[in-house]
Amino acid sequence: MWYLANYLEKNYAVSINGQESAWLIYLIVAIASALVMLGFASLFAGLASFVERRIAGRIMARVGPNRVGPQGLFQFVADGLKLIMKEDLIPNGADRFLFKIAPYFVFAGMLGTFVVLPFGANIVAANMDVGIFYIISITALVVVGIILGGWASNSKWSMFGGLRSAAQIVSYEIPLALSILVVVLLSGSLSTQGIISAQGGLPWDWFIFHSPFAFIAFFIYFVSALAEGNRTPFDLPEAESELVAGYCTEYSGFRFVVFFFAEWANLWIMSAIAVICFLGGWRVPFISVEESTSSWGIILLGLAIFMVKTLALVVVVIQLRWTLPRLRLDQMMNLCWKYLVPGSFVCILGTMTWMVLIDWNSMIGLVLRVVVFAGAFMLLAYYIYRIRFNYMIDRDNYKKMTGKDMWYPPYRLP
Amino acid sequence: MSSSTNLTLGQYFKNIQNAALSTLEGMAVTFSWLFRRPITIQWPDKIEKPLEETLPERTRGILEVETRICTGCLACQKACPIDTISIDMERNAETKERFIARFDIDAAKCMYCGLCVDACPTGAIRHTTLFAYATDNIDNLLLSYVDKGEKVTPFRPKDPQPELRARGSIGKNVLERNLKSKN
Repeated sequence: MWYLANYLEKNYAVSINGQESAWLIYLIVAIASALVMLGFASLFAGLASFVERRIAGRIMARVGPNRVGPQGLFQFVADGLKLIMKEDLIPNGADRFLFKIAPYFVFAGMLGTFVVLPFGANIVAANMDVGIFYIISITALVVVGIILGGWASNSKWSMFGGLRSAAQIVSYEIPLALSILVVVLLSGSLSTQGIISAQGGLPWDWFIFHSPFAFIAFFIYFVSALAEGNRTPFDLPEAESELVAGYCTEYSGFRFVVFFFAEWANLWIMSAIAVICFLGGWRVPFISVEESTSSWGIILLGLAIFMVKTLALVVVVIQLRWTLPRLRLDQMMNLCWKYLVPGSFVCILGTMTWMVLIDWNSMIGLVLRVVVFAGAFMLLAYYIYRIRFNYMIDRDNYKKMTGKDMWYPPYRLP
Repeated sequence: MSSSTNLTLGQYFKNIQNAALSTLEGMAVTFSWLFRRPITIQWPDKIEKPLEETLPERTRGILEVETRICTGCLACQKACPIDTISIDMERNAETKERFIARFDIDAAKCMYCGLCVDACPTGAIRHTTLFAYATDNIDNLLLSYVDKGEKVTPFRPKDPQPELRARGSIGKNVLERNLKSKN
């Protein structure tokens, strides 16, 4: 629906037959697409919070929220309503103006990235030439908001949270940008659609399997994006057990919702960027870039493929949160400066060398990509084997102790 | 990650390997939990049989009185540290027979210490497994095991053993009657 921004600018403004009305239509389309994306982001944020709580429950042998609505699906509506109805407190001695606007910086930084996030062939609000660069820059608004909130709260917990966040986000911007630079090298384009078009539909045509260096770059991107989004194990800015709630300690009511809304929506953004840059985006197998806009069926198929890949990554991020403990501040800095930054430089140099030596379209390039893909597949197989192993070592004991089968798959909703 | 300042190159790559493999193993453990049965008991509506039936034998729920074997000795009333139990014994003026005219337990006051149960010589007063009796009217929690006007003859050890009612059934009847009449 919102790819119309480009489309209408070209076609409708002409058909209305007046240059004066072009800006009006552009404005209307811009507002409409902004509202659509706001709707998508808020719905996703709400549902992601619900899904995360359900997954967290199952990982901890609990059930999770399943009372409000069918299987607890409206839990996030109830939580949101509860928070919105609460009093909007401003602490004594706080900088009232900065305190009030800080959540909107975080919100704007988050929602701004949606402008260039493509959902399918043609389905993008604005296909900017500097798309990826724009994403990296506008997410810097988030750190401004967090520092403002931490400073303006006049609370030591908020202050610590804000400062930690500044240190963390500024540090992790570097490996993040460098690992995305690998993709930019490979595609020769900064635009998100350009990056996707340079990849293929089949797994070994994705950038992640281009070379071992690109494969490592994907993980460097992923870890840095986790840190950028304040997700565990990098949730130091809002460490509950250390800093109460970090920069949002003093926030309540609607402003608190805005902070958390941004955090949940960020889940989609980081996963979507990973899919765009490394995992082939909306490309459908066996269909070329030119054909992929030819019919609505193919566009929707691409949309579905993009959604499935992104949601799979979202689940991995959620699962990571309930697996790893929080890093210490010095460990976090060590990881960034001693491991990720040198690693991403190696990845860039390695990818450059690889590109010079082996042509993407040559036979040997394809064979090497398939080899990297096979290696990744073996890793996945090992992961699944370990899951099965961990399940099997407890199965018989469980049966002996409780008399019940331990098997209770996720699709069986309690 | 080791935070030592003198990091050899071998140790450096060892750290990376450890971090990657232990993360993978941790993810495998948590993922396997998605296929395991949750231990949550979803009281009150999503369980196979009522929780009252599955609670252990010695659960201290609300008190009930089996009036068929109550001797009217007032031992429970005296044992109660907070005057939860009130019993009225009366005497028929003509036949000189004693009878129980009132046996009230204020479940709102009761602290489930079980001293009355220990003091009872016949086991007439006992704990049930009933525990869920939230109400908006505190009078509903006054459990009368002898109705107004009813005259219950005390049990004497010489008497033949009467048929006893199931544990929990008496208390449940009284509670449900209270909730119906006084709401």
